Amino acid sequence: MTRFFNGLLHLRRGAWEMLASALIAAGVFMLMQPFALALYSWSFVITLLGTVMFIIVSHFPE
Amino acid sequence: MLKSTVDRVAGATPHALAKRVRGLSDRSLAWLFVAPSIVLLLAVNIFPLIWTVRLSFTNFRVNRPNAEVQFIGLKNYLSILSDKDIWLTMQATAHFLIWTIVLQVLIGFSLAYLINKKFRGNDLWTTIIVLPMMLSPAVVGNFWTFLYQPQIGLFNYAVGFLTGADPSSFSMIGDVSLAPWAIIIVDTWMWTPFVMLICLAGLRSIPSSIYEAAECDRASKWRQFWTITIPLVLPFLMLAVLFRGIENFKMFDLVVQLTGGGPGSITELTSINLKREAFEKWRTGYASAYAVILFVTVFGLASIYVKALNKVKQR
Repeated sequence: MTRFFNGLLHLRRGAWEMLASALIAAGVFMLMQPFALALYSWSFVITLLGTVMFIIVSHFPE
Repeated sequence: MLKSTVDRVAGATPHALAKRVRGLSDRSLAWLFVAPSIVLLLAVNIFPLIWTVRLSFTNFRVNRPNAEVQFIGLKNYLSILSDKDIWLTMQATAHFLIWTIVLQVLIGFSLAYLINKKFRGNDLWTTIIVLPMMLSPAVVGNFWTFLYQPQIGLFNYAVGFLTGADPSSFSMIGDVSLAPWAIIIVDTWMWTPFVMLICLAGLRSIPSSIYEAAECDRASKWRQFWTITIPLVLPFLMLAVLFRGIENFKMFDLVVQLTGGGPGSITELTSINLKREAFEKWRTGYASAYAVILFVTVFGLASIYVKALNKVKQR
């Protein structure tokens, strides 16, 4: 966990890619879940944020 | 023969053109050869994508080309993301996605594990298992509608034979509670071999020396399975899950052929719903926003897929 946060602080690709992937996964889950309409409404924003973040952070150093 | 053809082509090239081409650097030549593909890619993929994004902010309707096109900002997106019917469509897609992936991974991995063992007729069985994957989804959809026929369908007959139920007492594609399972069964039948092949590649990439070392340490078969086989095949399984997830999220042809989204709209997956908005209700701007939402979702999943693929490559 410490390594993950250090990676985030030092702008390392691995940690940021993991965060972006988690956002995308959360967005997809929110899009398809049957529990709350509010989650569905915010799903696109979360997925878009994760996808844009993934494109940017994939240029960070390893 | 080859030399004479080359000489003939060289001889037929106008001198001025030949001189101009000879004067180009390697880099320019490379660009010259790649340029047609790039132009085609821009025209067929990138331009429609940018145009769709542009249309998604308008009220454009393709069946009313003379009507004034107004910029309406995020209205289409807000409308889609608060529409309960589309939310239900997403849930139908999720139901389809989750069950197909679970079944395909379980059956695919089990088949790969069996096929990986050396036995007589191994290659023949592999070919037979892989056959459904090679068929066209339209063909598969068409003949499964016959198999699902309550009166003459082989599927109903088999279920009746195994359970004792009357074969004509249920309709797989006409019943609201059975139709979602009908499309899951067909997709699982068709795409399990694909998952099996990926798992088989994973199983065959495990060096036998690891199992031999485990045997020396007196590890049981059960322990070998959980501590060697599963962890080493897991990246391949992840790959299969992501690939099937992306493919099934876009599922259209098979389901249209089987149920057409019915009965009612119980099997109306997102792609079918999108097609209805775009080409039956002619709400082009709205459908463009819908397509952008699906595109971003698939693009996001594809990014994770590429990352997983790189991890597998590094192994």
